[in-house]
Amino acid sequence: MSEPVIKCEAVYKIFGENAKKMLKDSNGNVDAKTFQENGCIVGVNNASFEVSKGEMLVVMGLSGSGKSTLLRCISRLTDATDGKIFIEGQDLLQLNNKELIELRRNKMGMVFQSFALLPHKTVVENIAFPLQIKGIKTEDSISKAMDMVKLVGLDGRENYFPRELSGGQQQRVGIARSLAVEPDIWFLDEPFSALDPLIRKEMQDEFLRLQDKLQKTIMFITHDFDEALKLADRIAIMKDGIIEQLDTPANIVLNPATEYVRKFTEEVPREKVLLIGDVMDPSTTDNMGELKVSKDEIIENVAEKILTQEKSVAVIDNNNKIVGSINPTKIINTVFGGRKNNN
Amino acid sequence: MELIKKYPKLFQWLFLLIVFFALCFAIDVPETYKFIRGQAEFVKDPNQSSFVFLGKEVRYYAFDVFWRLPPLLGWLPIWINDSLFFLMNEWMPIEFWNEDTQEFRTRPLVLQISRNLTAFMTFLIELIREILLGGLETIVAFTSWDWIDKNPWAELPGLPWTIVAAGSAILAYKLSGKGLALFAGLVMVYISVFGQWKPSMQTLSFILVAAPLSFIFGLGLGIAAFKSKRVEKALYPILLVMQTMPQYAVLVPALVLFGVGDHAAVIITMVVAVPPMILLTILGLRAIPPEVIEAGRMSGCNNWQLMFKVLIPTARRDILIGVNQVIMVCFSMAVISAFIGAKGLGFNLLLALNQLNIGLALEAGLCISLIAILLDKMSLAWANKQTDYFGNLTFYQRNKNLLFFAATVIIGIILAYVGTFLFKGSYNYLFEVPHNKGISTADFWNKGVDWIFDTFFVYIKAFNTWLIQDVLQPMRALYLRMPAVATLVLVVGAGYLIGGFRSALVVCGLTLFIALSPWWDRALVTAYMATFGVVISCIIGFTVGTLCFQNKHSASFMLGVCDIFQTFPSFVYLIPVMMLFGITDTSVLIAVIVYATIPATRYTIEGLRSVPVGLHDAATMSGVNKFQRLTKIEFPLAFPHMMLGLNQTIVFALFMVIIGAFIGTEDLGQYILKALSDKKGAGIGFTLGICVAFIGLIFDNLIRTWVEKRKKHLGIN
Repeated sequence: MSEPVIKCEAVYKIFGENAKKMLKDSNGNVDAKTFQENGCIVGVNNASFEVSKGEMLVVMGLSGSGKSTLLRCISRLTDATDGKIFIEGQDLLQLNNKELIELRRNKMGMVFQSFALLPHKTVVENIAFPLQIKGIKTEDSISKAMDMVKLVGLDGRENYFPRELSGGQQQRVGIARSLAVEPDIWFLDEPFSALDPLIRKEMQDEFLRLQDKLQKTIMFITHDFDEALKLADRIAIMKDGIIEQLDTPANIVLNPATEYVRKFTEEVPREKVLLIGDVMDPSTTDNMGELKVSKDEIIENVAEKILTQEKSVAVIDNNNKIVGSINPTKIINTVFGGRKNNN
Repeated sequence: MELIKKYPKLFQWLFLLIVFFALCFAIDVPETYKFIRGQAEFVKDPNQSSFVFLGKEVRYYAFDVFWRLPPLLGWLPIWINDSLFFLMNEWMPIEFWNEDTQEFRTRPLVLQISRNLTAFMTFLIELIREILLGGLETIVAFTSWDWIDKNPWAELPGLPWTIVAAGSAILAYKLSGKGLALFAGLVMVYISVFGQWKPSMQTLSFILVAAPLSFIFGLGLGIAAFKSKRVEKALYPILLVMQTMPQYAVLVPALVLFGVGDHAAVIITMVVAVPPMILLTILGLRAIPPEVIEAGRMSGCNNWQLMFKVLIPTARRDILIGVNQVIMVCFSMAVISAFIGAKGLGFNLLLALNQLNIGLALEAGLCISLIAILLDKMSLAWANKQTDYFGNLTFYQRNKNLLFFAATVIIGIILAYVGTFLFKGSYNYLFEVPHNKGISTADFWNKGVDWIFDTFFVYIKAFNTWLIQDVLQPMRALYLRMPAVATLVLVVGAGYLIGGFRSALVVCGLTLFIALSPWWDRALVTAYMATFGVVISCIIGFTVGTLCFQNKHSASFMLGVCDIFQTFPSFVYLIPVMMLFGITDTSVLIAVIVYATIPATRYTIEGLRSVPVGLHDAATMSGVNKFQRLTKIEFPLAFPHMMLGLNQTIVFALFMVIIGAFIGTEDLGQYILKALSDKKGAGIGFTLGICVAFIGLIFDNLIRTWVEKRKKHLGIN
């Protein structure tokens, strides 16, 4: 396996005047309450994880859980109090100002919750802004920006000002701007939270389409668990600055690590999240019917077919090879079992 | 006892008042005490006591310390004076090359700097003045008088008034549209036709120099304060004092440092105009959403790019509002600095007032007011104008206004040229209408004033006498009857009850400074006049504001009226009151009341408007009638904002009381006026200015602290 694109080792972010000293005294065992009594607020508490190339890590947490702070540590908009952060093997915290600017100009793109567009520039000028900051000639940057305008489907509106656009359109501009320099790493800080539910869904689909095409390394922040399930390759759930669990959506739903995580998963419609492969019985029996289902199908899509069978159903992989089986009872247990009221 | 437990604050206030009155009655007026008029303090008198501090002898009439504190700070003005004198005339003599005499001359450093600075300012002012009015000085500055003699053609011709008028109309059109363009054109035509062209252009050139310079300094310092906490902390007290310092008082030190004339006025105008620019720059930069800054950083901006490509354009509107403030302050200073010899409308106004020629004063005043409104509207339109997109417009569409202006320049020159034939032997009215040769309505106004005096003299006199004898004199006597210690206890107690220990300490310091200066009595007179003005202004302002708020249209109308009145330089208000009431305290007080009612009305309406619609609806649904809604919902919520209005009212009233000294009052302002004509007045003028600023700051501190607490309590941000 290649080197991870983003790697965090025991990252702490603590706000307050004697944060550094307190952290040193605590020897890594940070207790939010004791810190608060001494006038420090814990933002991120001992975060360690890796994100590999082309992977989308969604950081999910309620407000005040430190998810945005974590993102800002990794983009170095704030300096982490302690710990190590590596971007493609480079130690982020050791970079000087110039190197940091270089890194941002070429490797990083970021989308913000409130869009953060420049009010005095048109759509296309906003998108061309990071290019022009880099020193690219005006005409080249504008033509590149026009490509981006097309990519996010805003053709015909390139000369509008942000104030003349709807929220969804503004965020498209924000997305286009963050992609203009063709960054390898893409940070999204609750990009869809300020949008209406319908627009939000549309933008999520659009976002998945883009990611399918671009294959960026992504850190995506959200407070919406459903959004996290829909988009993520892996999800990190944060509470009070601590990453409670970091795993694939299926594993989080099936094996919540803590009580806090379990509360989120309770209400999740599992048939929409889990794949056949996640719940199948890896041993095969001879007693199988005609029907074969792919292990990469979402349960919801094939549940009806399986439930009409009396026998177990064979599960196949991409090469049509049988890798396991699943019986109708298992489907019913998965969908309805393990919920609060049944325990 | 129950009552005390229920309202502990009320009890504390009552206790404070009881202590205050007890002190007032316990401390007797010393038999030797009398309010000293005129310059008597500086006349040597065997009854005086004296002490020496830092080599300065301070003479004063000693009283019981409970009655009046001794002027322990009496050495300060003398010391400031001597230090200034030392700095200007003795400190660090260095040899400088002198152009005129072609030799080295020894001059103190500060004097040389000041001379160079004034020379530079004079050059700038002359340059713009001669572009507008024509002249020789600019060319002389680059060449020499000899050269001019040999080349008599070399003279800046000046712009014909038609071009300036059309130019301002085009600028107004670009900024706002047809309405403002029409207004701009009419104002300019009026100025020209009524023969006020030259002084108006002189004033305008003053602003065109002072405003851009103030803008640059203000923006720079604002950015520095935004970036560094230390700079902000250093600037903060200066900004605070400058906000409440009467503009009038700043003129005095300028006299010593830079002499008399436009250049001195420009420099001192910058001192007054820069603080609001700094404040609005900081405010604008602070208001930028943090995500926009982060977006800039993530786009890879370095600090320079972040400031000039992201932060300043994003804060554009607030910064341009700052420009508006700068222009208005510059304009009002341009009028007031007539006192130190700045040319222009203010000078004419001052002259007319001195001659008691109300007609001429009215004409100049009207001109000043119209230009003030125009400048205000134009700069506000600029601030509110949103960026336009120019990408796919044709050359003509993009440069329409510029082309129009070029056309008017040509037409204007042709017209002026034609004029030389048309008005042979007399003045070329198509080039410039000279002063005195325009239409004048002064006679009409003078007759009108005479008629008013003849007709209403009895009533005005009766009112005047009643006000002075039955209201003002007793009130003044009451204020002067307060022993210094009692006043101190009252103010500090109020500070403690409102803002705790910290507030009490600040207020105590400010009050002590005034009490230990030689002008405590004068400060009391200032306070009495301001109090009278503020009380009446608040009654009028709160009533009018509340009434106007009942109807949406009348509220907007009233705010519009406040806007317009606020743009007039305070000096202008003296004209109509002098017209009606002559030279008395009543005139000053009425000017104070008119001027100070503006913020009282404005803040009342704004405060009532800021009550959230949701609460309004909730109240209506619980079935309140209009009156109940006003008293139970709107007033309590609007009250903090109205108190900020009171704060502004006090500052406005103080400014006006000080300027009123021009008419003749016996307060601190009188001394500032005297200091202006005194060679050794700088220290006195400056200290007096600080005293006035401190009176304002005492109330400012108390009110702001209270408002902040109240807002927190009510959960309004």
